[in-house]
Amino acid sequence: MTSTLERPTRSAPAPAGARQPRRIGFGQRRSAWDLKFSPYLYISPFFILFAITGLFPIAYTAVISFMDWDLVRNSGHFIGFDQYAWVLSQPKFWVALRNTFSIFLLSSVPQLILAIFIAAMLDQNIRAKTFWRMSVLIPYVMAPVAVALIFSNMFGDQYGVVNTTLQNLGLPAVPWHSDALASHVAIATMVNFRWTGYNTLILLAAMQAIPREFYEAATVDGAGKVRQFFSITLPSLKPTLIFVIITSTIGGLQIFDEPRMYDQYGTGGADNQWLTVTLWLYNIGWGEWNFGRAAALAWILFLIILVIGAINMLVTRSLVRDEGGRDQRSRRERRAQARAAQQRLEADAARLSTPTKEARR
Amino acid sequence: MKNRALRRVALVAAVASTSALVLAGCSGGGGSASGGDGPVTLTVATFNDFGYTDALLKEYMDAHPNVKIVHNKAATSNDARANYFQKLGKTGLADIEAIEVDWLPEVMEYADLLAPVPDDLKSRWLDYKVKAATSSEGNLIGYGTDIGPEGVCYRSDLFAAAGLPTDREEVAKMLQGDWSTYFAAGDKYVAATGKPFFDSAGGTYQGAINQVEDAYENPDTGEITATKNPEVKKIYDQVLKASATQSAHLGQWSDDWMAGLSNGAFATMLCPGWMLGVIEGNAPEVKGWDIANAFPGGGGNWGGSYLTVPSNGKNVAAAQELADWLTSPDTQIKAFENAGTFPSQTDALKNDTLLSNTNAYFNNAPVGQILTDRAEAVKVSPYKGAFYFQINDAMQKALTRVEDGTQDAATSWQQWVTEVDALK
Repeated sequence: MTSTLERPTRSAPAPAGARQPRRIGFGQRRSAWDLKFSPYLYISPFFILFAITGLFPIAYTAVISFMDWDLVRNSGHFIGFDQYAWVLSQPKFWVALRNTFSIFLLSSVPQLILAIFIAAMLDQNIRAKTFWRMSVLIPYVMAPVAVALIFSNMFGDQYGVVNTTLQNLGLPAVPWHSDALASHVAIATMVNFRWTGYNTLILLAAMQAIPREFYEAATVDGAGKVRQFFSITLPSLKPTLIFVIITSTIGGLQIFDEPRMYDQYGTGGADNQWLTVTLWLYNIGWGEWNFGRAAALAWILFLIILVIGAINMLVTRSLVRDEGGRDQRSRRERRAQARAAQQRLEADAARLSTPTKEARR
Repeated sequence: MKNRALRRVALVAAVASTSALVLAGCSGGGGSASGGDGPVTLTVATFNDFGYTDALLKEYMDAHPNVKIVHNKAATSNDARANYFQKLGKTGLADIEAIEVDWLPEVMEYADLLAPVPDDLKSRWLDYKVKAATSSEGNLIGYGTDIGPEGVCYRSDLFAAAGLPTDREEVAKMLQGDWSTYFAAGDKYVAATGKPFFDSAGGTYQGAINQVEDAYENPDTGEITATKNPEVKKIYDQVLKASATQSAHLGQWSDDWMAGLSNGAFATMLCPGWMLGVIEGNAPEVKGWDIANAFPGGGGNWGGSYLTVPSNGKNVAAAQELADWLTSPDTQIKAFENAGTFPSQTDALKNDTLLSNTNAYFNNAPVGQILTDRAEAVKVSPYKGAFYFQINDAMQKALTRVEDGTQDAATSWQQWVTEVDALK
């Protein structure tokens, strides 16, 4: 209290313009600290937790990846890049990488197209909206292992539902567990079943954020539903689509549950038909107890995801900069327009600084 | 600025590691008193069903009033295996931990971390049961519980349709001999019905390879000899030749295989004692399953378990005493009555309860007597080294590739050789 009373009296006699350095009280200093450090303090629980459960394991994995590690005796000796060299020299690694990307593409692409379509349908004026919207999310609520169990049963080679139906229709049975592409399709089906609804809801939310005036204006201009979808809905969805693509990329490259549950052994097939990178990682780590190799593979996967993520980000940037592609002008036109606008502004400012009747009013 | 940031990170790391240490200290602290006749709490960790019921454990507690037994059951042996290797050499394992023959070779690498079985008990078990769990230093590290002596399960109704004998004595006589006798019977069956004789090349191969002493590795040097062993190649060729016409191509434990147990997709299967329950469970309505007292090429063992006592436990002496009692012939007979686990103790094999045991599902077959005969027929104790599991797993996949038509036998063999060569 006193300090607040004192301060004005002290500063009052000081001549205006030349400011006297003031003594800073503890309370003030504290509030300055408060301003400076409190935000860090408030977010620290997350980062402390992240350091323990995220950063430390990642760093420790890096250390182990350079060692011949014995899990049981908790010891190892340094062997440099041997584990990395071993992983990269294995034909299995390249097969696993091929499978991972194949399953990723087979799941992400149809999934997104389907999700956009369903979201567009749900965005229409239909009856029992909430019921339909909740229904698409139900597969996502199911445990992945349960989904995998049900689908593995359907995709049985000899007595599965799918092949039995195909044969009843007079079609040849599909070798789900021996042909690589067939197994990828089957696994991608499980992924799609689980994730389409989730992506649908996110896209639906984005669609509802599009101002309805756009559609009204388009209707007035005589654009049909299809034209409206391609010219208004899709361009407005771009930022959301990018988010969905990035999350499904990360998820797709780490795919594990579905291929693991695809047959009774969970090791990726007799000829590694559906061996994915994470599945191989698991088999090396928890099947052979070779944690050095598993750690090296984990880091290689991490780097691959980083690279894909970087590519994603570059694509993202170029897409977001043109504001969802609604701006059809070329860069030169845009620059010219920006320059013109700048000049107009400067002219206005100059006009305002010279007081005129108009400005005062 | 950079310095300050670094210092702050270091502080956070220090705080984090201190609290981790404190936490670790807490978990390590709680424990029971040990030694002498003081009160002791013993933990026993098993999986699936060992037949150790609460009533059985209570018998021991009544005889030893100072001992309290806590029994933890893992759902599957895979869960138990993961838990075992994550904690072995550290802390957190139970006083008595059950292990399975499948991962015994991996456990043997850490034989020094387990308390050895007293020498005077070694004569309790069948020779091959002891030999498999004896370390290079001559220490027996596992108390044998059960074994999986193999007979041949067959569908008498399908045999009848094919004009083959159906009585289990006559079937045994027909199958008596080596593998070519078995496959010759298969040829007859296939010729008569046009349907597959056995379930898969993989399961059949497993029965044959378990009769080869040093199939994949040299027991003295640890060197991998699998790809150069003519016996392995011989079995591979023989099984695949038969499989081309006689196999239902149903990989064991697949959904199709489970369906095949009941829908008559195959007529015979190599059958360890514990498989009887699997068949009954998957084909409860089928009437035709029976078991013959015969096995191609003599005897064969598939599966079985041990109890181990980690040597860094708190109550090693008391745990050894309990493991001794749990694997005694009398207790194992009770466990057999509880869960059908076939005992590995020589004395238990002479027990009347065991010998007079019959199985209603298998047409009242005297399974106790049959499996005892099959256990005594096992003469070979196959050596399984550190890479046994990986080599065998790759071989199973090689057989599957041929069975599902992905590759021919020669290509698949070549790929297996490449895979085995990549092991080190």
